[in-house]
Amino acid sequence: MTTPVLEGRGLSRKFGFVSALDEADFEVFPGEVTALIGDNGAGKSTLVKALSGSLALDSGEIFFEGQPIVLSSPSQASLLGIETVYQDLALAPHLTPVQNVYLGRESMSRGIAGRLGFMNVPEMTNKSREAFEDLGATVRSLTAPVGSMSGGQRQAIAIARAVHWANRVIFLDEPTAALGVRQTKNVLDTIRRVRDKGIAVVFISHSMPHVIDIADRIQVLRLGTRVANITNSGTTMEELVGLMTGASTRTTP
Amino acid sequence: MNTTTEPELGKETSAIEAIRQKEKWFTRIVKMQAFQIFLVLLVLVVVFSLLAPDTFAQFSNLRLVVQNASILAVLGVGMTYVIITSGIDLSIGSVLVFSGVVSAIVMRQVGGDNWGVAAIGIAVSIVLGILWGVLNGVLVAKAKVPPLIVTLGSLGMALGGAQILTGGVDLRDVPSVLTESIGYGNVFGSIPLISVIALVVIVLGAIVLHRTRFGLHTYAVGSSEEAARRVGVRVDRHLIRIYALSGGLAGLAGILSLSQFSTTAIAGQSQTNLNVIAAVVIGGTSLFGGYGTIFGTVVGLFIPAVLQNGFVITGVQPFWQQVAVGAVLIAAVYIDQVRRSSTRRGNSQKNRKWPIFGRKSPPQ
Repeated sequence: MTTPVLEGRGLSRKFGFVSALDEADFEVFPGEVTALIGDNGAGKSTLVKALSGSLALDSGEIFFEGQPIVLSSPSQASLLGIETVYQDLALAPHLTPVQNVYLGRESMSRGIAGRLGFMNVPEMTNKSREAFEDLGATVRSLTAPVGSMSGGQRQAIAIARAVHWANRVIFLDEPTAALGVRQTKNVLDTIRRVRDKGIAVVFISHSMPHVIDIADRIQVLRLGTRVANITNSGTTMEELVGLMTGASTRTTP
Repeated sequence: MNTTTEPELGKETSAIEAIRQKEKWFTRIVKMQAFQIFLVLLVLVVVFSLLAPDTFAQFSNLRLVVQNASILAVLGVGMTYVIITSGIDLSIGSVLVFSGVVSAIVMRQVGGDNWGVAAIGIAVSIVLGILWGVLNGVLVAKAKVPPLIVTLGSLGMALGGAQILTGGVDLRDVPSVLTESIGYGNVFGSIPLISVIALVVIVLGAIVLHRTRFGLHTYAVGSSEEAARRVGVRVDRHLIRIYALSGGLAGLAGILSLSQFSTTAIAGQSQTNLNVIAAVVIGGTSLFGGYGTIFGTVVGLFIPAVLQNGFVITGVQPFWQQVAVGAVLIAAVYIDQVRRSSTRRGNSQKNRKWPIFGRKSPPQ
């Protein structure tokens, strides 16, 4: 069995008296789509935040390609090639798609101009365009503010940004929640393309048909603990719902 | 208009435009609020020139208008940055006075009337301005006190400090090397030196804002602090730098004012902050952050300046200027509101903050 690219063991985190994560395990493998499912309050978002460096843990270990690491900030996760697309997308509405893709990681001009803070706009524009085209993303303008674009387009930009920078793991928190039928299909196709590049995709969703459609592996969280880690073959919706609600149990690897 | 010029908008494949970007450039300029307000300014200049061709439309008069707007322009550059981050800096007028007062005291203590003394005075004034700005910035970014309150507080502290230091009596001994050069000196024949200094600040301010990473982060922080933070922009440090920039420019304005008026003019800056904020907003910079230009601010400064000058020359009671500027100001913010709600279709209001009062959603 291959080494997981990212692995959490015994992750715990309390908010006051509430255990959001209680000795949860989690692992993702390169070139796989891992669906992370669970009822509301099961700890999905807490787990993602912990594994993407946005939230500190009370206890537990995180391994990156087999090595133990401490993730203290999202930028540190980014350096390791771990990117997250948040549910609210986290785009700056007044900036253009190109500026959003490169914000915080601008490519600077060569030589003295770069030292003075001037950016290499042509390079950023070309690379962003490539990133959008790679995804087959519909971005109508590279120069208009993203706030003026539709939900589907902004989603595409956020995903393209994550794909552009991630080379190990991408977390997608409810990427299809706000989308129409057509955009949803685009996002699912995108996820497959990203997986085929050898990147691990973690897909968080409440939509069981999408999960069954796309996931290679399904991990179920309930009350802060992983209650199932199954490969997606012949899995049924009833089975998943049963696992999420605790009506049935199955803890085979 | 967009829908008629872009017939293939509905296509869902790779619809990235490349060819149309050049022609859109022109449309974008025309749509800019700064450009529209520039047309208003042109109309004002033309109207006053027709009404008073022998007085208003003279080089000497226009030179005077430009000279009087120079100090406000220096302050306006800093204020534009601050407002783009969805902040506000009410303290600039007081920081100007405080820096000027301490600078005047230091120059008097050092003694003499040469460029060495003047250089010390200039440095003291700018450094003090930066320090006030850093104080504002730290309180805004780290202590999370709303900028309106922070800078209202430092407004009082700086002005009070200046009055304590002087006993409320203006200092009038300013080295003549300063008054004769920066104060009323000219370059290239009859271009006021103070206006050239302001122009340099404007050009540098515009280049940094529109072309550099510093500028991009300024827009990003104002557009969505959370989005900027998540991609690794050091938001707190950037805000501190922005307020330090505004304070530093107020310090520079302090030495310019000292040179121009040969006095610390402690009581003379009580309206400065509001005039500068009005200019920035008239120029199309959004109080909600994320949007604005230095060009707009400069145009926004000249609207009140030209109105004032034109009304005096054409014999209208100059008090009408305040009425007119007030109306223009409200119109400018109204246009910004309309533009914002039309460009933000479907966008969540959650992350927006009503800038003056902290983090509430703006009233709709």
